[in-house]
Amino acid sequence: MVSSHILSAYDEELKYLRRRISEMGGLAEQMCGDAVRALVNGDSALAQKVISDDVILDHAEREIQDKAIVTIARRQPVAIDLREIIGTLRIAGDLERVGDLGKNTAKRVIAVQGHGVPRKLARGLEHLSDLAAVQLKEVLDVYASRSAEKAEAIRLRDEEIDAMYTSLFRELLTYMMEDPRNITTCTHLLFCAKNIERIGDHATNIAETIYYMTTGAVPEGERPKDDTANTVGAIAD
Amino acid sequence: MNMLSEAAVEKALDKKMNEVAYKMIGKDVSVYYGEKRALFDVNLNVRENTVTALIGPSGCGKSTFLRTLNRMNDTIEGCRVTGKITLDTDDIYDKEIDVVELRARVGMVFQKPNPFPKSIYENIAYGPRIHGLARNKADMDAIVEASLQRAGLWAEVKDRLHEGGTGLSGGQQQRLCIARAVAVSPEVILMDEPCSALDPIATAKVEELIHELRANYTIVIVTHSMQQAARVSQRTAMFHLGQLVEENDTDKMFTNPDDQRTQDYIMGRFG
Repeated sequence: MVSSHILSAYDEELKYLRRRISEMGGLAEQMCGDAVRALVNGDSALAQKVISDDVILDHAEREIQDKAIVTIARRQPVAIDLREIIGTLRIAGDLERVGDLGKNTAKRVIAVQGHGVPRKLARGLEHLSDLAAVQLKEVLDVYASRSAEKAEAIRLRDEEIDAMYTSLFRELLTYMMEDPRNITTCTHLLFCAKNIERIGDHATNIAETIYYMTTGAVPEGERPKDDTANTVGAIAD
Repeated sequence: MNMLSEAAVEKALDKKMNEVAYKMIGKDVSVYYGEKRALFDVNLNVRENTVTALIGPSGCGKSTFLRTLNRMNDTIEGCRVTGKITLDTDDIYDKEIDVVELRARVGMVFQKPNPFPKSIYENIAYGPRIHGLARNKADMDAIVEASLQRAGLWAEVKDRLHEGGTGLSGGQQQRLCIARAVAVSPEVILMDEPCSALDPIATAKVEELIHELRANYTIVIVTHSMQQAARVSQRTAMFHLGQLVEENDTDKMFTNPDDQRTQDYIMGRFG
């Protein structure tokens, strides 16, 4: 779509940023999948790997920030270039948070290990995690293709994750009410579910950033939400 | 009833606030140098008390357009201007127009500082004298001081007003030329790459000056430095191959321009 810069070194700097974002995205995606797998299988070695991967992700975010700041200082970017670099900084921040959420889930593996995760809940969590993984994967593909329409489509799909999260929330409550001995495990799982739901939100943020990078405008209208978990348990009307 | 009329007044005021006041209007302006056409039906309006930057690659017609605004092109052999340019309501290409008076109303600052080989004082006093703006020495002293103040040069030269203007540094010389342009109380100031011969500090001082002058004058500046256009102007016009490609708010122009050619040019990409 856009032609090359007269200064080829400038193109190289932008390419570097793009490549690093793709790498960060790949790692964040993997961490999220690993964290949930470690949780449902009680695999503490895999959990440990997720925790150490987060260090790499944090480091990558700092490198992207440094490079972006140097590029702004040296090139004084404007128009698409400027939006591209500002977008890169935002996306790097979102991906770093995705990594943190994956790590937080991994840390809970040890806490729930003793009791194990009930099969039904495990399936729910896996399903939620699959949805988030698809969002993340697709948004990273859109990052590569820069399609504003696809970014918009992803943004509108966050609803599904919210709905799934709400239903898991209800289910966890039921387990806790059935037997108070479930409370510890279920509380941890509730946090894990919330982490995954937040990952979906970050994917949506990234979709909005890509839309802005491409068009220079913010997507119109509110994000669709189906997150009614905050009203679960409220006295029915 | 009172309420109603108040609301009506407010509405009228609001409308006036939002109304764009144009100082100069260019309609279908074309310029020919002999057989060669340098500008193609340019329609560009210059807003009052606004800095308008003209940008574009070399030979795009931006300087040519600037020069049509005070008929500097008249001095070029074989140059022909068609279309209409008005200053307030006056057609500046009308036969009745006194070109000398026009250039007092629409002053110009050039790329290279070009002070007269005279004292600093005389550099400023020359214009007001030929236009008969001062009745006596005291009047003239006041004009010289006020002009140098406006150009931010007074503090630096007040003790050596009678020394040669060419003895100043490049940046000071350029501000002297701006003071000279201001001395005849122009309404519009045209600047043709006023900082291209200056170092960054002198450039910053001239840019600060442009920013201050905007309150009292309408300014049109041609610049090769996109960053300068972004820094000093409120409106930016992009020229390419003799045509006006896009004119927009500077903020919009440098974050999300409408035209692909503008985009490629300001980002330094191959068009």
